[in-house]
Amino acid sequence: MIEYELLKIIWWVLVGVLLIGFALTDGFDMGSMALMPFVGKTDSERRAAINTIAPHWDGNQVWFITAGGALFAAWPMVYSVAFSGMYWALLLVLFALFLRPVGFDYRSKLDNTKWRNSWDWGLCIGGAVPALVFGVAFGNLFLGLPFGLDDTLRSEYTGSFFALLNPFAVVCGVVSLSMLCAHGGAWLMLRTDEALKQRSAKATQIMAIIFLICFLVIGAWLYFGQVPGYSYAVAIDPNAALNPLAKEVVTNSNPGWMNNYSTYPVTKVAPVLAILGAIIAIFASSKAKAGLSFTGTSLMIVGAILTAGFALFPFLLPSSINPNSSLTMWDAVSSHLTLGVMTVAACIFVPLILIYTSWSYYKMWGVITNKHIESNSHSLY
Amino acid sequence: MISESVVDLSRFQFAMTAMYHFLFVPLTLGLAFILAIMETTYVISGKEIYKDMTKFWGKLFGINFALGVTTGLTMEFQFGTNWAYYSHYVGDIFGAPLAIEGLMAFFLESTFIGLFFFGWDRLTKVQHLGVTWLVALGSNMSALWILVANGWMQNPVGAAFNFETMRMELVDFGALIFNPVAQVKFVHTVSAGYVTGAIFVLAISSYYLLKKRDLPFARRSFAIAAIFGLASTLSVILLGDESGYELGDVQKTKLAAIEAEWDTHPAPAPFTLFGVPNHEEMRTDYAVKIPYALGLIATRSTTKEVTGLKDLMQQHEVRIRNGMLAYAELEKLRAGDRSPELLASFEKNQKDLGYGLLLKKYAPNVVDASEQNIKAAVKDTVPNVTALFFSFRAMVASGFLMLLLFILATWAVAKRNAENKPWLLKYALLALPLPWIAAQTGWYVAEGGRQPWSIGEILPTHLSTSSLSTGDVWGSILALAAFYTALLIIEMYLMIKFARLGPSSLHTGKYHFEKQEPKTAVNGEALS
Repeated sequence: MIEYELLKIIWWVLVGVLLIGFALTDGFDMGSMALMPFVGKTDSERRAAINTIAPHWDGNQVWFITAGGALFAAWPMVYSVAFSGMYWALLLVLFALFLRPVGFDYRSKLDNTKWRNSWDWGLCIGGAVPALVFGVAFGNLFLGLPFGLDDTLRSEYTGSFFALLNPFAVVCGVVSLSMLCAHGGAWLMLRTDEALKQRSAKATQIMAIIFLICFLVIGAWLYFGQVPGYSYAVAIDPNAALNPLAKEVVTNSNPGWMNNYSTYPVTKVAPVLAILGAIIAIFASSKAKAGLSFTGTSLMIVGAILTAGFALFPFLLPSSINPNSSLTMWDAVSSHLTLGVMTVAACIFVPLILIYTSWSYYKMWGVITNKHIESNSHSLY
Repeated sequence: MISESVVDLSRFQFAMTAMYHFLFVPLTLGLAFILAIMETTYVISGKEIYKDMTKFWGKLFGINFALGVTTGLTMEFQFGTNWAYYSHYVGDIFGAPLAIEGLMAFFLESTFIGLFFFGWDRLTKVQHLGVTWLVALGSNMSALWILVANGWMQNPVGAAFNFETMRMELVDFGALIFNPVAQVKFVHTVSAGYVTGAIFVLAISSYYLLKKRDLPFARRSFAIAAIFGLASTLSVILLGDESGYELGDVQKTKLAAIEAEWDTHPAPAPFTLFGVPNHEEMRTDYAVKIPYALGLIATRSTTKEVTGLKDLMQQHEVRIRNGMLAYAELEKLRAGDRSPELLASFEKNQKDLGYGLLLKKYAPNVVDASEQNIKAAVKDTVPNVTALFFSFRAMVASGFLMLLLFILATWAVAKRNAENKPWLLKYALLALPLPWIAAQTGWYVAEGGRQPWSIGEILPTHLSTSSLSTGDVWGSILALAAFYTALLIIEMYLMIKFARLGPSSLHTGKYHFEKQEPKTAVNGEALS
């Protein structure tokens, strides 16, 4: 079997791949629905927006579900500490996600304006709230979460929901929300026409600008803002017995989270990619170039997620009250055998998934026009 | 220590959300196959009516599926939010089937369901048929993996405790997948889903037949449901019996509790058909017994005994005392002692560590538990006999009522006279709740009967929760209950509306309401 140390790195990469897969696919579902009540003025326009993702949203959502499952299987401790600690934040995401499957399927089943408007706002919340909360959660990772582990490795979390909503994390939330909205707007540019397409282009541009500003603000905040970073006091032994309490972690002062970027300069590609993607999206959307805008927002997403991952590496959940309890991708992982089995499963199924997902997009591709909605009003969402 | 109330509330929340989720899952499992059968008939025969059937039942399938997806999300979140210590302690094993479920089954089901609904004009007939079968395959494979995970909670094979990491770790993946409990449960559960789908189609078709409406459509749907349902019900009952046999082997306490088997009887033990269990005094009042039956079902022999609860409790007491030793040794190991004698002794005693942990509820340090504490823990090892006894009988009774219905319905299909038998059609309509009663009581038997363990004989439920406050869990219970109630009302409204409307909702111009007064519908509301 593959060496344990290498498997740990593989799973750090794979969880990243699942997160990026989620943000690239379900990201435009969430973004386009967050924008839908604003860019769609008539019922037909809103239905056109919904029907661009109608055949795909459920498959896309599985990136999220599988990322959650992979977290559980590969980093059980991270799953348990993060989900139980950020209890109300996670429930908020859950309740927002509730609105999507029912919203899509039920909205157009009754021909009643009030009914349809309510579901439109439901779908908007279902897209915007998770996008925002994921960003807030990521932001709090940089600040550390207030949890500790007792000697039976039970975690105690001392923070509250409102403590998560600190200024730094809220700006991170805006980064994530604007990023997915820009991506959703670019998706609508690709798949709709006329007024809806024009309004989507405008929204994409505004969102990409907001993203660029907030992304740079966060970068500056981490660089100058006295946010302590975490690192191992002594070089780790990746093959030591897994005990998150056995290590010594030090917090380092300014610029705390930038160590990896100076140690491995190649990682600087990530923030550059995010910035470049945003610039491409801003210009392409002003010229109504749908394909290029979508490329831009996709680069933005990949760049932004990698930027956060590289900065935190090898930390997954830094602990603010007891840094030694912090969870890292070396010591919060599953056993050698579990990682091995899951790697085999991922190698078999991820390529298959990519193949049939591409086929489903290929088969359903095309611009959704108002006319198409009106002539198929009983079979479409 | 976690307070008792957090444990109870977390259990209540999990039971509530899991049972609610399982209102929708079995119908998805069953209808997916019925849709695939209908569409296969369409592709082979070329008759449009089978396409309409696939589309109409597909519409109802969609209304149900949306809530299945919604409530499934809660399940994935909940292990982390409310059962954090459980997730840490067994995530190494339990997480893997869930992740593989996502990769292998959810992606398949969810990607192709979009093409099922929206691909009619974009795919060839055969491609679309393939898509429908893949949806059915995907939903069944997801059931397989989740039951591999659940089967491991009942019968935790292929794993070992690691004192360094304070958790269970996978040692044999094959044993996890081929866990006999998981395999039997899988077939029993998906078959129960098929029965649910069949009853659903049978009951609603009977309604159209009673109303003398859309007869060719209703007749064909009735026939497919009757035959598919008969085969599935037989499979559920046979596999249920197989579950009983597996129970006898690995979950003796659950079996004894279901049967209110207080004392070990000489083999083969009698089966208590009915009675009123008295848990306090450990006897069953007013018992009506069938000689030999339990022994034959549970052991498939005339000589093996079915161990009664009183004897099991004595065995448990021994294991609890041994578990105290294991716990004391674990503490020394955690403190850094690695002497070979200690390691060897722990190796020997660790199988009872879980029993030792049962004491944590009464004596947080375990090793200093009093005789009274031990007595209380022994008492805890027996689940709620009365509730299990009656739930099990409700499940079995529902099963046999459905079997009788499917026999009569299939007979009527063969004789082509179902629509002349209003009593049969009414029976079918009234039988609509039965598969849900059977499924809910059945899950209660499986999971309530597992108590006091979250992982059988390894991790007690009361240690498995997150470190939350009572207020947090109360809050989430209330929010979930409010959400779920609202969603259920909406779902039922749409389901009833479209079921009453029937195939007219497809707007093909061929069906009942469209012929009479075009553009209006049930309740006079415009259709969509």
